[in-house]
Amino acid sequence: MSPTQIAIALWTLVHKEIKRFTRIWPQTLLPPSITMTMYFIIFGNLIGSRIGDMDGFSYMDFIVPGLIMMAVITNSYSNVASSFFSNKFQRSIEEMMVSPMPNWVILTGFVLGGMARGLGVGLIVTIVSLFFTRISMAHPILTIVVVVLTSALFSIGGFINALLADKFDDISIVPTFILTPLTYLGGVFYSISMLPALWQGVSMLNPILYMVNVFRYGFLGVSDIPVVWALSAIVAFIVVLFGIALWMLEHGKGIRS
Amino acid sequence: MATPALSIRGLTKVYGNGFHALKGIDLDVQQGDFFALLGPNGAGKSTTLGVVCSLVQKSAGQISIFGIDTDRDFARAKYHLGVVPQEFNFNQFEKVIDIVLAQAGYYGMPRSEALPRAKRLLGDLGLWDKRDGSARMLSGGMKRRLMIARALMHRPKLLILDEPTAGVDIELRRSMWEYLRRINREEGTTIILTTHYLEEAESLCRNVAIINHGEIIRNTSVRALLTELDTETFLFDLAAPLEAVPHIEGFEVQQVDGAQLAVMVHRGQRLNDIFAALGEQGIEVVSMRNRANRLEEMFVTMVEQGNADLARAAAAAEARP
Repeated sequence: MSPTQIAIALWTLVHKEIKRFTRIWPQTLLPPSITMTMYFIIFGNLIGSRIGDMDGFSYMDFIVPGLIMMAVITNSYSNVASSFFSNKFQRSIEEMMVSPMPNWVILTGFVLGGMARGLGVGLIVTIVSLFFTRISMAHPILTIVVVVLTSALFSIGGFINALLADKFDDISIVPTFILTPLTYLGGVFYSISMLPALWQGVSMLNPILYMVNVFRYGFLGVSDIPVVWALSAIVAFIVVLFGIALWMLEHGKGIRS
Repeated sequence: MATPALSIRGLTKVYGNGFHALKGIDLDVQQGDFFALLGPNGAGKSTTLGVVCSLVQKSAGQISIFGIDTDRDFARAKYHLGVVPQEFNFNQFEKVIDIVLAQAGYYGMPRSEALPRAKRLLGDLGLWDKRDGSARMLSGGMKRRLMIARALMHRPKLLILDEPTAGVDIELRRSMWEYLRRINREEGTTIILTTHYLEEAESLCRNVAIINHGEIIRNTSVRALLTELDTETFLFDLAAPLEAVPHIEGFEVQQVDGAQLAVMVHRGQRLNDIFAALGEQGIEVVSMRNRANRLEEMFVTMVEQGNADLARAAAAAEARP
């Protein structure tokens, strides 16, 4: 395919993905907005006012970056996982497989679709948070870079999950039993400096901790861990997972008999 | 001779469970042909087409589409290929127009070119009025036509249809036949179809391959195949019911019901002799027709023969010490 044809194919796929999650907005955009509003009211306002400061910031200001990141991670992941698996289930993935579209375009198209939803929901949550606190960004460019990279990473993760899935249950196992616990334990609601030394060490094995912290650093200018480490880890994960997903597509894993 | 539209050499497919779906098949389909791939269920038809379309991974063999080796440049070969699968494989919740436009987009076709093309194809197939409706609201026949429109969006030179008229009513089937004939005749599109309706293959196709147990057992023209037909069964509707089966010298006669006879006619025998014999016995014939489509009779004979050969070979192998 020529570069122009590749651009058309990629845009077709991204446009289709965006159209899909906006068409079913009560299932995709509304629930995270409501859930996050609850978090802001209950944890930020009601409980947070009794907790006091965290790392020198009000509890509400402390949890806002974590909650935005949590919304971005879960929505990026679940968008690609459910959309790609649904394509597999309905066999409409065959439309793409019989076309000359290269596999990397198919992968990139779904990942960009997942990022569109993840970042869209992130933006909605950010706007909701403005009703509860004043947001200021210490490092705006870093904040945007981190949220975009994290969204890309979890979109790729959702893609691999969907490739491996045989039934709908298989695409809910990872978000429920791995992603959500790791996100909650990733320093969204607390600073790991509050933990005993042992649990601080264990927490350092949680990749989501790095993303939440570096994102918070972008907002507040404070982080539990070095920013360069966190960024390097995210980029390395993206490269490795993109490679794995592409290899699986090239070899027809989960889609060709 | 021009490059074949499709050339298959030594195509083998062994599934993960060890099942040999294809056992080294060779097949050529010439440009502009209307070709039928026939075979009983599980014979390997859909696997063959699946490999050609890249939906199934081959175990061995070579495939060329208009001279392009799919191992070297499948992407370029795919531009020539349009696929209409056996089962509906589009997102049922999408609009009809979105489904065909997305397919054009996957082939890199700009929207300015895709829209008029979609309008023409959906119009030709009677779906333009349904373009803004969800695909799940279409009837079964309309969904099949949608898959044909989708497959033709990028102007493929080779159209592959896997049982395109399965479950479609007779009127719609005839209109689909007419449409396929038209694109084959007027646009020179090479068409390969699999079907269980042998009447369909006899009516539409010039050439035919019969596949059984993963092997091509015949590959010839429909006309040549029919000339090999040794026996045909004719049904005679009679003016009055009979009490006993009449004897006709040299013919095998069965009574289907009181007023209908089935007569086996071997090659070289004359229908006039039957009419004469019935006339002599005072039996009046109202009408006469073939019991089955001629190709169907041929097909059943060949497949049964193939199955019997296979059973004999298996028995011989088992009897070996």
